[in-house]
Amino acid sequence: MTGISSLYSEKVMDHFLHPRNMGELPDANGVATVGNKICGDVMRLSLKVSKSKTKDQRSKRENGEEIIEDAKFQTLGCGAAIATSSIATEMIKGKPLKDALKLTNQAIADALGGLPPVKYHCSVLAVEAVRKAIKDYKNRLK
Amino acid sequence: MLRGMKVYLDYAATTPVYPEVIEAMKPFWNEKFGNASSLHSWGREARTAVEKSRAKVAEILNCQPEEIIFTGTTTTSDNLAILGVVGSCGLWVVGRGIRVGNGGRPHLITSQIEHHAVLDTFKYLEKQGFKVDFLPVDKYGMVDLGKLEKAIRPETVLVSVMYANNEVGTIQPLNEISKIVHSQPNPATRLTTHFSQPVLHTDAAATAEYLDLDVKKLGVDLMTLGSHKFGGPKGVGILYIKKDTPVSPITFGGHHESGLWPGTEAVPLIVGMTKALELSIKYRVSSIKKVAELRDKLISGVLEKIPDCYLTGHPTLRLPDITSFVFKNVEGEAILLRLDAEGIAASSGSACTSGDLRPSHVLLAMGIPAEEVHGSIRFSLGRETTEEEIDYVLEVLPRVISDLRNLSKGI
Repeated sequence: MTGISSLYSEKVMDHFLHPRNMGELPDANGVATVGNKICGDVMRLSLKVSKSKTKDQRSKRENGEEIIEDAKFQTLGCGAAIATSSIATEMIKGKPLKDALKLTNQAIADALGGLPPVKYHCSVLAVEAVRKAIKDYKNRLK
Repeated sequence: MLRGMKVYLDYAATTPVYPEVIEAMKPFWNEKFGNASSLHSWGREARTAVEKSRAKVAEILNCQPEEIIFTGTTTTSDNLAILGVVGSCGLWVVGRGIRVGNGGRPHLITSQIEHHAVLDTFKYLEKQGFKVDFLPVDKYGMVDLGKLEKAIRPETVLVSVMYANNEVGTIQPLNEISKIVHSQPNPATRLTTHFSQPVLHTDAAATAEYLDLDVKKLGVDLMTLGSHKFGGPKGVGILYIKKDTPVSPITFGGHHESGLWPGTEAVPLIVGMTKALELSIKYRVSSIKKVAELRDKLISGVLEKIPDCYLTGHPTLRLPDITSFVFKNVEGEAILLRLDAEGIAASSGSACTSGDLRPSHVLLAMGIPAEEVHGSIRFSLGRETTEEEIDYVLEVLPRVISDLRNLSKGI
């Protein structure tokens, strides 16, 4: 592919043109909005976290462990902002909270087959959204 | 459904070279390849081609051949004009605060919506210690003439205002600007030694195909043109320098181009650019009519089919080829990528497409809030644009905007 899309990897373009998990969760119990319109990128992430009921031998999950059952995003931003939001939801879905908290912007960039240097901040934004939404979930438990 | 169409609507970025231009350049690569400075027949052949081109350009601009300098690009023409004028009044010494003449310290004026080739040159001079006024514009991108009049001082040596803006298409009233700049009271009261009046430069890069280039009617002392914006090859530009305008060289070497742009003349490019300028003038009337009609169709179609968007630039005093819109609650790079995926080329003033993450200084200067500038898209039409292409854009664009807005619904 030529033109501006050649700035981005195929994986970025795939997530940009076919975003996964877009929208809002009606029964979300952890929500966060990060970024601002003046900078040009805003991401809103909603999570549905639940406690696992049975001990899952295969994934070595403890009974009662908090799992991200579902995640959805809404993003106002550039191609990279949309792609990082999309892949971040894929990377945390079905994962225990403690694993989701370990998500790094480098891991997101790697999963997308790399990002142009000027777009690293988009992957930082996605990580920030994940951490803030988990924090919101935990605050609601208090 | 017109799937698979390729629609180029970025003519303001660059234009395809006219086939006649390619033909005109052909002999000058390896047949008439001489150095125009050489005395032998090869050299004379090249010299003749360069001088014929100069005479033709001069005829189109209504000036003398010796007032035309061939340069490297539009950017180098702008740099030569600005730094050259400043240089002729004792450049670096002056920048460091040492006064010249009878106490005059050069003062410079430009507008906030110039192309970076002009704007960044003035910012550089400002850092060197020169006083520069960057004139504001109104919401249509029109320079405030009252502010210009007030800004001119006895020590003002240069005013640079673009002919028409490359992002929104607004045409500046150069003629009125010229009257203000050139009607300073008694030259004897001016504090500079060899500037009885300030010099007026204009970057006319965006205009060659559509506007009158008569330098006498415009009243300019310096005018920049760039070949690849009007169907010529990339890598060559023009600077008109009115006779007796004080301009010093900014690069040094040979005696080429009156010593103002040293370096072996790019004969094929100069010949090609001249041919392209000739053709642009020949087709001007028909291009204006055709392009403006399609532009109007695009504007009314977009405004009708897409909610929460508006046209930027002046409603009537604008170039026929440039349309610039703001789509609220969408980001420009995302729009461009989606359009590109469907074969449509446009450009955006969004920070995300600028490489340095700064949104368009032109739209910001027009008072458009940063969050809306991010959603700006420019479609620039050309002589080869067809109605079918506009129909295709009007089919694809509303869907692209609506998809992207769905992605950010509620934010």
